[in-house]
Amino acid sequence: METENQISRADIDAIIAPFRGRKGILIPLLQKMQERFGYVPRESIEPIAEAAGVFPVEVYGILTFYAQFYLEPRGRHTIRVCQGTACYIMGGKDILDHVCGKLGVQVEETTKDNRFTIERVACLGCCGMAPVVMIDNDFYGRCTVQKMDEVMENYK
Amino acid sequence: MTATHPQNKILICVGTSGVAAGAEKVADAFEHELSHRGLRHDWDIVRTGDRGLFRDVLVDIITPRHGRVVYEYIKPGDVKQLVEEHIVKGEPVASLRAGQDYEDFFKGQMRIVLAHCGEIDPEKITDYLAAGGYTALPKALAQPYAHVIEEVHKSGLRGRGGAGFSTGQKWRFCRDAAGDQKYVICNADEGDPGAFMDRSLLEGDPHAVLEGMIIAGYAIGAQEGIIYCRAEYPLAIKRLTIAIEQARKKGFLGHKILGSEFSFDINIMQGAGAFVCGEETALIASVEGKRGVPRVKPPFPAHKGVWGKPTLINNVETFGNIPAIINKGAEWFSSIGTAGSKGTKVFALAGKVRNTGLVEVPMGTTIRQLIFGPGGGMIKKKVGLKGVQLGGPSGGCLPESLVDTPIDFESITKTGAIMGSGGIIIMDKTTCMVDVARYFLSFTVEESCGQCTPCRVGLKRMLEVLEEITAGRGTQEHITFLKEMGETIKNTALCGLGNTAPNPAITTLRYFPEEYEAHVKDRECPAHVCTELLHFEVIQDACVKCGACFKVCPVDAITWKKGTTATIDRAKCTKCKSCYNACNFMAIR
Ligand SMILES: Cc1cc2nc3c(=O)[nH]c(=O)nc-3n(C[C@H](O)[C@H](O)[C@H](O)COP(=O)(O)O)c2cc1C
Ligand code: FES
Repeated sequence: METENQISRADIDAIIAPFRGRKGILIPLLQKMQERFGYVPRESIEPIAEAAGVFPVEVYGILTFYAQFYLEPRGRHTIRVCQGTACYIMGGKDILDHVCGKLGVQVEETTKDNRFTIERVACLGCCGMAPVVMIDNDFYGRCTVQKMDEVMENYK
Repeated sequence: MTATHPQNKILICVGTSGVAAGAEKVADAFEHELSHRGLRHDWDIVRTGDRGLFRDVLVDIITPRHGRVVYEYIKPGDVKQLVEEHIVKGEPVASLRAGQDYEDFFKGQMRIVLAHCGEIDPEKITDYLAAGGYTALPKALAQPYAHVIEEVHKSGLRGRGGAGFSTGQKWRFCRDAAGDQKYVICNADEGDPGAFMDRSLLEGDPHAVLEGMIIAGYAIGAQEGIIYCRAEYPLAIKRLTIAIEQARKKGFLGHKILGSEFSFDINIMQGAGAFVCGEETALIASVEGKRGVPRVKPPFPAHKGVWGKPTLINNVETFGNIPAIINKGAEWFSSIGTAGSKGTKVFALAGKVRNTGLVEVPMGTTIRQLIFGPGGGMIKKKVGLKGVQLGGPSGGCLPESLVDTPIDFESITKTGAIMGSGGIIIMDKTTCMVDVARYFLSFTVEESCGQCTPCRVGLKRMLEVLEEITAGRGTQEHITFLKEMGETIKNTALCGLGNTAPNPAITTLRYFPEEYEAHVKDRECPAHVCTELLHFEVIQDACVKCGACFKVCPVDAITWKKGTTATIDRAKCTKCKSCYNACNFMAIR
């Protein structure tokens, strides 16, 4: 992941190049862009629109419609608290409330020190370990408020 | 396949849930431990998909002498002992063996779609072939396409994506639609937040889904297939990518498949996180690179789909049934299930039952049989069953009095719930039904595409009212409003999302009116879920002085000493509910 000032037009063009001249490229192209930068930088929107043959506003339309895309850089760690049905029934909301309260942020927000971004997800696919929390790529099952306090310490 | 296939096998379930529990580390530990002892060549280590039961890491050790021995909750640290005792000395480790629950879970299931999940390595086409895979495809290609459609039609298979439309009929519409260019789409968007059978099938047996799609392509005369898969399913996408590559190499995909005149290829398209994209017309818009919003039907995708061409859209599980139907015949398939619903259905069983996971049972099995058979009964026997939620955000909540309902499309619809994707959540007396309705509405409000007013504004208003009620500010008018608004949205929304989104509220109002009354009249949440209606005090008579609450409080708001009842300092309390959850005696309210 890079910071904003390192984004160069050449990088952006290199990502767009293989997509040119194909049908239905917008979503896969935005996914590639996000894979590269961790979010979709504003500088990339006009070139993308031009490559896809649409207006920039349509690109924004896609970006804001699909939950997967981010327009802002993210915290160093992402905490995904599962709010799928199984996790919710097993107390996932208490976990989410606790994490948000402790860090003083809302869902989809990043802490001031850029340490954590909090996300709510619907089913991480291991309902048997509900409630489940994923921090970056690590899973934590059968979470309790105390367990969260402990594991969050491992992410600086 | 190796020339000399070892008879000794170790199966390790490494699907998403297995990986989350550390299955890769366990597999590595076996590799290491066996190599270290020079035994690696005598053993076949098979990394399978998930088998359906959540037991952290499941490991099977199969030998000619002991047959199959299943171990559960295996950690990397257990591997040394397993190798030493079971593999070297030939003495299975009793203390790590899977218990009665494991047996109960699989007893009473009938696995057609999930037959290979947890049994074969999904990244090896040779495993699928050895299990009888890709035998349905040549069989289908040897018949006129009309026979294939007829066979699927006669089988009685109905779509597993929610609506239960006859698969054979859909195939016929697509075949009859005018146009040379046609598409087959596999709907793997699986949006229901409590369902994961499609993901497990794609991870555990991707070739079966591909084979079903190729047969469909042949039947309707398509050239191209697309799997629309959620981006949140990276492992499924990885295994599909591998499977497609392997199928191309073997000539099951590509130009003139298996020497026939039929050419067909499959590509994967990743979704970008929108529940409504599971709806077929929205999915098509998304494939074309647009905002995934539904449109009015007709025209149906069978006539006007991707890029305006005739398009067949079926669900993952629907395709998963096809190879078995072609191989074993329509007659066999239609002998399973009920008069109107044939075959099996995979359910994602979750909530307050002992065994949670994927269960595949014949249509017509009752909900009670699911809970007390594979489900192993309730987690807390004393707390008791309150009801079940079927069909996710579009489904409904049924009370205990209806758990003897057989699960088939007609019977479930009659109750006001829907079969949906097959998510089934078991709820006990500690689940608040008003809160459950609020939960599902908060989901659908978030996911509404915003095109039509009933859904965009109406659902939001219903959610606001439910929030008032759960916060202890509800009125009788609120309840009347919910009922009226629910019916209005049901009848006027543009797509299936809006038409069904009021179901959780409507069914809880119908079957659990007393809970709404308690919230509104007595300002009480009988299940003690709605935090704002909780007092956080210890009920002196119920407290057994165990101190469990004291130990879990993260803010030191509880005072307790051995032999005394606990007390809660409400000034310090943050209402996190840790104490409430820790108490086994319902002594905190
Ligand atoms: C809001 C909404 C979400 C849907 N989500 C899914 C889904 O995640 N997976 C799926 O297969 N079908 C979903 N469907 C149903 C599809 O529109 C379509 O009916 C189905 O894919 C057809 O396949 P089938 O005939 O094999 O069931 C959804 C429908 C609606 C209205
Ligand atoms: S609901 Fe949380 S993992 Fe499935």
